[in-house]
Amino acid sequence: MTTYNDYFSSVKWDVISEKISSTSRNQVAQAINREGRGGINDFTALLSPIAASEFLEPMARLSHSLTQKRFGKAIRLFAPLYLSNECNNVCDYCGFSLGNKIVRKTLSQAELLREAGILKKMGFDHVLLVTGESTKKVGLDYINQSISTLRPYFSNLSIEVQPLHQEEYSVLKSSGLHAVLVYQETYNQESYAQHHLKGKKSNFEWRLATPDRLGKAGVHKIGLGCLFGLTKDWRADAFFAGHHMDYLQRKYWRTQYSMSFPRLRPCAGEIPPEVSLEDRDIVQLICAFRIFNHELEISISTRESSELRDHLLPLGVTTMSAGSKTNPGGYGEDESLEQFEISDSRSVSEVSSQLQQSGYDVVWKDWDQSYDQSNSYALSDDSFECSTEKPDLSIAG
Amino acid sequence: MNSEKLEIAGEKFDSRLFVGTGKFSSGETLSQVIEYTGTEMVTVAMKRANIGDESRDSILPHIQKSGVRILPNTSGVRDAKEAVFVARMAREALETNWLKLEIHPDPKYLMPDPVETLLATEELAKEGFIILPYCHADPVLCKKLEDAGASAVMPLGSAIGSNRGLDSREFLRIIIEQASLPVIIDAGIGRPSHAAEAMEMGASAVLVNTALAVSGDPLKMATAFKDAVRAGHTAFVAGIGSESSTAQPTSPLTNFLS
Repeated sequence: MTTYNDYFSSVKWDVISEKISSTSRNQVAQAINREGRGGINDFTALLSPIAASEFLEPMARLSHSLTQKRFGKAIRLFAPLYLSNECNNVCDYCGFSLGNKIVRKTLSQAELLREAGILKKMGFDHVLLVTGESTKKVGLDYINQSISTLRPYFSNLSIEVQPLHQEEYSVLKSSGLHAVLVYQETYNQESYAQHHLKGKKSNFEWRLATPDRLGKAGVHKIGLGCLFGLTKDWRADAFFAGHHMDYLQRKYWRTQYSMSFPRLRPCAGEIPPEVSLEDRDIVQLICAFRIFNHELEISISTRESSELRDHLLPLGVTTMSAGSKTNPGGYGEDESLEQFEISDSRSVSEVSSQLQQSGYDVVWKDWDQSYDQSNSYALSDDSFECSTEKPDLSIAG
Repeated sequence: MNSEKLEIAGEKFDSRLFVGTGKFSSGETLSQVIEYTGTEMVTVAMKRANIGDESRDSILPHIQKSGVRILPNTSGVRDAKEAVFVARMAREALETNWLKLEIHPDPKYLMPDPVETLLATEELAKEGFIILPYCHADPVLCKKLEDAGASAVMPLGSAIGSNRGLDSREFLRIIIEQASLPVIIDAGIGRPSHAAEAMEMGASAVLVNTALAVSGDPLKMATAFKDAVRAGHTAFVAGIGSESSTAQPTSPLTNFLS
C-alpha cells in the first residue's frame, strides 16, 4: 500500500530548511492576504524567521478570526487517563523509558473504574487513555478491555499508545474508540535515531506509516505532533508535520485531524533540549498551522503554564486538557512516577471558570454514543436502545 | 409560499428565522439571542446534548422555552446508517420526531452527502420522522428529497460557517421556483443583507448561527437579522420590480404599430 513514507522520502530536509529560512517578506504577506489558501507554500512562508520577526501580530489576528469563525467562542475540555507506565522502549527524553528505575504500574480494571469515577465527578466526558509502549503488558487485549470498561461512562474515548496494525485499530473502533494520537516526535531521521535508542519505537518508518493505517481503519480523528526540542531545526520539523497532515487529509478525507505542540521539559531521564522553544515560537506555530488549516483541532496541554495557556487561547486553540495527572492512578493520589511535569496545576473548576471569564463556553461533550451505534447494529435492528446498561460508578469510586 | 405564516408539516410559525446553537460564548447569550431574534425554531446537534447532566450542557437547558420548537440535528454523522441511529436517539431523548438531517462526511468544508442524505430521508420518512434535510443547492436532489418524504428542504447558500452569502444563488432560484415544500436557506449566511436577499428571492426561511454567535454584539446582531428577514419576506410578498440592465428607449421601436 502507498503510505506517507513514499512521499516523505522524496522531500529533502535540507531543501525545506533552506526554503523556510530564505522566505521573503512578500511571500509571508501574500500568505496572510490569501488566508493561507496557497497551501503548503504559504505554510512554509508562515513558519519562517521573517514571519516571526515582522508578521507575528497580523498572523495572530488572522488566526484568531479564522478560529472563531470555525469553532466559535468555545473550548473543548478533555482529561488524559494514564493506564500504564510500562514501556519497552529506551528513549532519552521520556520518564517511562525502559532503563529508568521507577515503580512500574498498570491499572487493573477496578483501578481504572476508580480513576474514571473521579474524572466523571470532575465533569469530564472526553477522555484520552495513555500507556507506555509495551505490547506484552498493555497490548491490544488490555487496551480493548479498557475501552469496553469505560465505554458506558464517557461519550468520547481516545488513545495514545504504541502504534498498532490496521486490523487492531478496527477492533478498537468497534469497541468505541474515537481518536488516536500518534506523534512522530521528530521527522528528522538522524535525530530520531539519536533519541529513540532501543525498542519498537526506534523503527522510524513503522511509526511514520501509522496514520495511514488509522486512516484505512476509518478512525474518526488522527492526532499528529512533534516533541519540539528534540531536533534543532524545529521549523523544518513543523513543516513535515504539516506536510504529513496535508497528505493524510487529501487521502483520508472523512477523517478529522488534530495537532499538538509539546515542548521538551525536564523529567526523570532528563536530557537538555537540543533547542529551547520560546513562547513566541509556540505562538508562531499555532498561527501558522491555523492559517494553513482552518478546521484543524489545536490542543494545548498542561505542560504549559496557566498564564501562557490563557494567552494562547484566543490565538487558535480549540481543545485543552485540565487538572491532568500523568501517572497511572494519579487521580486517586497514587504517587507512581509521572511521564512529564505538569506546569498548569490549576483544578478543573479553576480552568473552566477562567475560560468562562474570558468569554468562552466550556464544551464537555461533543460526541454521543449513538453516533457509534451503527458499528455494532444493523440498520433494521428493532432492538435499538439509546441508553447502554451500566453499573453505578460510585460503587467503583 | 406567499402566505404570511410559514407552515411546515402542518405546523405554523410566525418567525422565518431559524437559529443554530453552536459557537456561542455561553448558554445565557444563546438564550438572549433566541429572545431577540424572535425565533421559533432552534436546532441543536445531538453530540452536544448532555441529556444526563444539564449542569454541563450550555445549550439544551437554555433553549427549552415555550414557543420554541427544538429541532435536533445529526451533525457529525458520516453516512445514512449513522444518521438513522442518531435520529432514533434524538426522538427518544428529546421526545420529538422533528429532525434536521445533516450528513457531512467531509470534516473540512462540511459538504452534505447527497446520496446518503437521500437514503436516510427515505428510511426516516418510513419511521414517521418530520425531516428537514440539509443539502446542496441541487434542484434535482431537492425534488427527490420531496419525493422521499422530506417536510422541507434546506439547501446551502455557501459552506457552513463561511459567511460567504448566497454563492449558490442561481440554483437556489431554481429550487424555490420548483418547490412544493418550504425552502429554508441554511449555511453561509454571514450578514443580514444575505438573509434579506434569500427572503426577497422567495425562500421560506433562513437558518443562521455563526454570524450571530461570533458577532461582537450577538444581541444587536440578533435584532438586525430579525429585521432583515422580515423586510426581505415583506418585499417578496409585495412583489419586487424586475431589474433591467439597459435604459428603456424613449422612442420605442414598435411605436409605429399604434
